[in-house]
Amino acid sequence: MREVRAVSRFFVCALVMMLVTYLVRAIPFTVFRRKVRNRFFRSFLYYVPYAVLTAMTLPAALYATGSMAVAAVGLLAAAVLAYRGRGLVVVSLAACAAAGLATWVIHLLG
Amino acid sequence: MSVASGGQSNTTAKSEWGEGLRHGFPIACGYFFVSFTFGILGATLGFRWWETVLISMTNLTSAGQIAGVKTIAAGGSVFELALSQFIINLRYSLMGISLSQNVSEDVSGPRRMLLGFGITDEIYGVAASRRTPVTTPYFVGLMTLPYAGWTLGTLGGAVLGDVLPAAVTNVMTLAIYGMFIAIVVPAAKESRKVLFVTAIAVAVSCLMYYAPVLSEVSVGFAIIVSAVVAAAVGAWLFPVEDGPRETADEGGACRE
Repeated sequence: MREVRAVSRFFVCALVMMLVTYLVRAIPFTVFRRKVRNRFFRSFLYYVPYAVLTAMTLPAALYATGSMAVAAVGLLAAAVLAYRGRGLVVVSLAACAAAGLATWVIHLLG
Repeated sequence: MSVASGGQSNTTAKSEWGEGLRHGFPIACGYFFVSFTFGILGATLGFRWWETVLISMTNLTSAGQIAGVKTIAAGGSVFELALSQFIINLRYSLMGISLSQNVSEDVSGPRRMLLGFGITDEIYGVAASRRTPVTTPYFVGLMTLPYAGWTLGTLGGAVLGDVLPAAVTNVMTLAIYGMFIAIVVPAAKESRKVLFVTAIAVAVSCLMYYAPVLSEVSVGFAIIVSAVVAAAVGAWLFPVEDGPRETADEGGACRE
């Protein structure tokens, strides 16, 4: 079922997303030529990507497939392969494949 | 977009561009697949297909876009949207600063403003680890295929998201989380500090999700709070000694 949402609100939101994302990327790259000296800020920036990606994954991903068991199997498969140093594409595909397999098995059992 | 590079011969520019294209190919494959699931997510959340594609074409980032469409779909405020985009994409500032140390002299201010659009985790990773300084044609080549893959994948997912059976789209949603895991797990394996930070992120994120009052907070803010708390505690307890790995070799160590 499609949510009815004003197109104008979408354009405002899309513009905000584009501008913020672009400026955050381009301004430091364009302006900055020296090293960040503040140790805390430097460390904070270093940890941000891992913190963001982790916070986005757990627990949200467990509820992404409609079955927590299926999601858990997929995420576990991804974690094992990532731990063994597999690349982005392989890990992503493995998550889907394992979850697909789990869906099928649950379907057979149920 | 012109790939001419001031002062360099046409041949050099062409070979630089070609090398960038080659280096971007594996990234493009990954992006196609991941953005396909983003397209599906958009369709699931009730976005029109061109809305999802437009977001991909103007943002070129996974985490920020997911948080963005979720915030928009949940009716979040524009302020919340802007703040979540800022926090989630703040890492690109660090990458931009880092990359600015390893670009060729032909990359002038205006060019940086154009190339800055292409800084993503993977494109940055390839460019920053390049042994020779990054030139304009190289970076343009490097971002070309991933951009195409990201756009086309989103289109495919947004259009087919409604057609494919729910069991398939449900499972495919995991691809994007698989990518996150592929980035976080090796880093956590290598560094106990990163592992500690991710543990805090999980704890805070779960708290925000399950705790009675906190679970009322929207998804965008929950991610911001979790990430800022985890990264700040990590920076407070385990400050990075020589700066992030990304900037550790700046100043020409990786240039020949």
